[in-house]
Amino acid sequence: MSDMDEIVKEFLVESTEGLDTLDRNLVALEKRPGDKELMGGIFRAIHTIKGTSGFLGFGRLESVTHVGESLLSDLRDGRKALTPEITSALLQLVDAVRAILGSIESTGIDGHEDFAALVDLLTRLQKGESVAGKAEGAGKPKPEEKSAKAVKAEAPAVTAESVPSPVAAVPVPVPAVSATEGPEAKGSQATDSNIRVDVSLLDKLMNLVGELVLARNQILQYTATQEDSGFVATTQRLNLITTELQEGVMKTRMQPIGNVWAKFPRVVRDLALACKKQVRIEMEGKETELDKTIIEAIKDPLTHIVRNSVDHGMELPGDRVARGKPAEGRLLLRAYHEGGQVNIEISDDGGGVDVARVKAKAIQKGLITAEQATRMAEREIVNLIFAPGFSTAEQVSNISGRGVGMDVVKTNTEKIGGTVDVSSLPGQGTTLKIKIPLTLAIIPALIVTTGGDRFAIPQVSLLELVRLEGDEAGPGIEMVCGSPVYRLRGQLLPLVHLADALGLRSGGGGVPSASGEAVNIVVLQADEHSFGLVVDEINDTEEIVVKPLGKQLKGISAFAGATIMGDGRVALILDVLGIAQKSAVVSEARVRGQTEAAELTRLPCDDKQMLLLFRLGEGRRMAIPLSLVARLEEFPRSAIERAGNHQVVQYRDRLLPLLRLTELLGESGGDVEERDPLPVVVYAHAGRDVGLVVEHILDIVEEHLTVHRRQRPGAVYGTAVIQQQVTDLLDVRALIEGMDGLLFAGAETDTVGAGV
Amino acid sequence: MAIERQFCTFHLGALFIGIEVQQVQEVIRRQAMTRVPLAPRAVRGLINLRGQIVTAIDLRERLGLPPRSDEHEPMNVVVRTDEGAVSLLVDEIGDVLETEEAQYEPLPPTLSPESRELIRGVYKLPDRLLLILDTEKVLAMEHAGC
Repeated sequence: MSDMDEIVKEFLVESTEGLDTLDRNLVALEKRPGDKELMGGIFRAIHTIKGTSGFLGFGRLESVTHVGESLLSDLRDGRKALTPEITSALLQLVDAVRAILGSIESTGIDGHEDFAALVDLLTRLQKGESVAGKAEGAGKPKPEEKSAKAVKAEAPAVTAESVPSPVAAVPVPVPAVSATEGPEAKGSQATDSNIRVDVSLLDKLMNLVGELVLARNQILQYTATQEDSGFVATTQRLNLITTELQEGVMKTRMQPIGNVWAKFPRVVRDLALACKKQVRIEMEGKETELDKTIIEAIKDPLTHIVRNSVDHGMELPGDRVARGKPAEGRLLLRAYHEGGQVNIEISDDGGGVDVARVKAKAIQKGLITAEQATRMAEREIVNLIFAPGFSTAEQVSNISGRGVGMDVVKTNTEKIGGTVDVSSLPGQGTTLKIKIPLTLAIIPALIVTTGGDRFAIPQVSLLELVRLEGDEAGPGIEMVCGSPVYRLRGQLLPLVHLADALGLRSGGGGVPSASGEAVNIVVLQADEHSFGLVVDEINDTEEIVVKPLGKQLKGISAFAGATIMGDGRVALILDVLGIAQKSAVVSEARVRGQTEAAELTRLPCDDKQMLLLFRLGEGRRMAIPLSLVARLEEFPRSAIERAGNHQVVQYRDRLLPLLRLTELLGESGGDVEERDPLPVVVYAHAGRDVGLVVEHILDIVEEHLTVHRRQRPGAVYGTAVIQQQVTDLLDVRALIEGMDGLLFAGAETDTVGAGV
Repeated sequence: MAIERQFCTFHLGALFIGIEVQQVQEVIRRQAMTRVPLAPRAVRGLINLRGQIVTAIDLRERLGLPPRSDEHEPMNVVVRTDEGAVSLLVDEIGDVLETEEAQYEPLPPTLSPESRELIRGVYKLPDRLLLILDTEKVLAMEHAGC
């Protein structure tokens, strides 16, 4: 390869790198127009490309960059101010340069497009002429008449090798340059000193390493029964080498997520401009590394989410200011490793997901029925945006809103074993959290046995192992309302018997194993909760190769895949989150609590309670202990009179103050006002009665309550699942005491009333 | 000239069934199997086929036939699909047969509903009938209970 070739190659590498920086810097410059250093950098980058292209004889490249340089020099010297128009034109310039460089790389000449329109646009911008009329068409370079065939014919047959090397020291005359890039050089990729390796080759290597790991495991197992020290030592070496090889191959496939993010500033900028919004993009954890296949798989979902955030999430600057937020929206991309997984968060400070609109849309599209909607937690409704065929955009813009997208995001993420979750605070923004495994191929796992079968539990979810032996085993496991728990350092850990979760044991019902037998508890993390999985036996940890399950078994949420063990048999890999959900460790009620930003703790109760269930507006279900209810009454509306600021009715020769729960709890009206007679719960409090006006009295139930208590209790002190539905628990005493002074002026306000 | 097609045949109870030869990857003896809890009933388990994990489906269960007796070891007919290999458990393997299109006829109405769903048609052989299995439908069992 001649020196001239080297020069062109180096030029290509440097320029290509420069262009990526240029893209970013131009967008950054728009945010900070006064940044002299940034401006200088951009100018120098274009200037360098122009200079070198002139020297190497790439005339077209030189002429295009020349006009850009002139414009930039005006900007740099402050003779002209940066406008979005100019930035767009400069970004087009970057694209044009990229196109020309691509052409040089593949064909050896600087293309056959003259970018006349772009040159014209840049010149006019520099002269300060209005370009409003012309701007639109200017971006697209017009190809010249000359056909590609003609160009090919031009390339002389002289090969690089035939150029005498001494010539290289002297600037070579222009024609010779194109001559050096003969047909033989066409395939060469000028990037950097790294070797380009076909990804499929890496995939193959990875597969082979996977097989090697399996074979190694088998040999290790065999070695355990052998005494030959030479053989054992060799196996140890094989073991170490395999591990290192595995790490090495895995590393070759790792890429920083920044590679995918790099294009986002420009995507966001262009999109924001098109939507007439102002959006600033921030990134944290760009250097977080991920397996190449995973990077590829999340590229499109991420782009979609980012576009969605700008298009749907962000409000127009005017609306933002009206809501007391800065006109410029903030889009934050964050990536970090956590417990062997990579978390990617995309959060915006826009309007948040409009729950009511999502609900209405989902009903309209037939995704859920109105009846289902009333029973769904807010969080579940927000997550409907991932349902196929869902889109809330009122107008179908050409950017998004065609009803495809978020469901693809979800399926793509799940395909690689990841999860997507959306949380949203009305008026404050939306956060999408993607959790994905670091790599798909080989993972460390704990092998356990239950019901005679082995199962692999990904180490990622493993917190600790607890073994209860002898006397501890029986009393160690306590029952709370029929569910087994274990006191782990004073904290109650809900227990799930794997055999029950997998239906391997009929009856059982979570009864702890017979006393005297040891109990093995695998403490696992599922989402933000931990739980204990009771297994028959804990075997070992092992590196396992994850293999997917056939489509007949895809629907089983308890399994994440299968693997082949050292003895050649197949073992199933448990999906910890799936099992947790199946066993209701992670219940929708608790998840819902989190969105409401109320910290809930799980408190067990010891016996059954009689509860009165009633409904308030918007399908909200509430419960109060029946023991505190004196009577259920209905009053005709005409009986309501006013006493002071309050509504009262005459009831058993006394005045019964009425409390409208819908108003007190900030629930939107419902049809209470239309209802006649009014359903009223008469509540005995401190020797006086209070009437609670509800929308509809539902039922009286006797239930074991598992209360998800709020840490800052108010009138609603907690939530529980009653009759399979999330129900708020009302603390009537707190409610009434809050009103006391108003309701019972002069009456004694002791706290005799039995609190709930 | 009649078009001839080749079928890999096997026995399942009293039924004589064929699968197009191109779809069959191999026929193997009973393998060590790992059962899959919570799986549809027809899924007997997973087998390790030279490093590949293959789902084994009991064709008797799938066709609504009574379970085979314990002393009878099933054979694995491994079929190729777009999503990897799947094994069908059958009673006994027959020969590879060539048939003529002229012998083809639609289904007789005496089959059980499960069978009617999964069998494409019948070839009238000189001494018996050969039922042609619709493997795609046999394997499409996402909705077949859980």
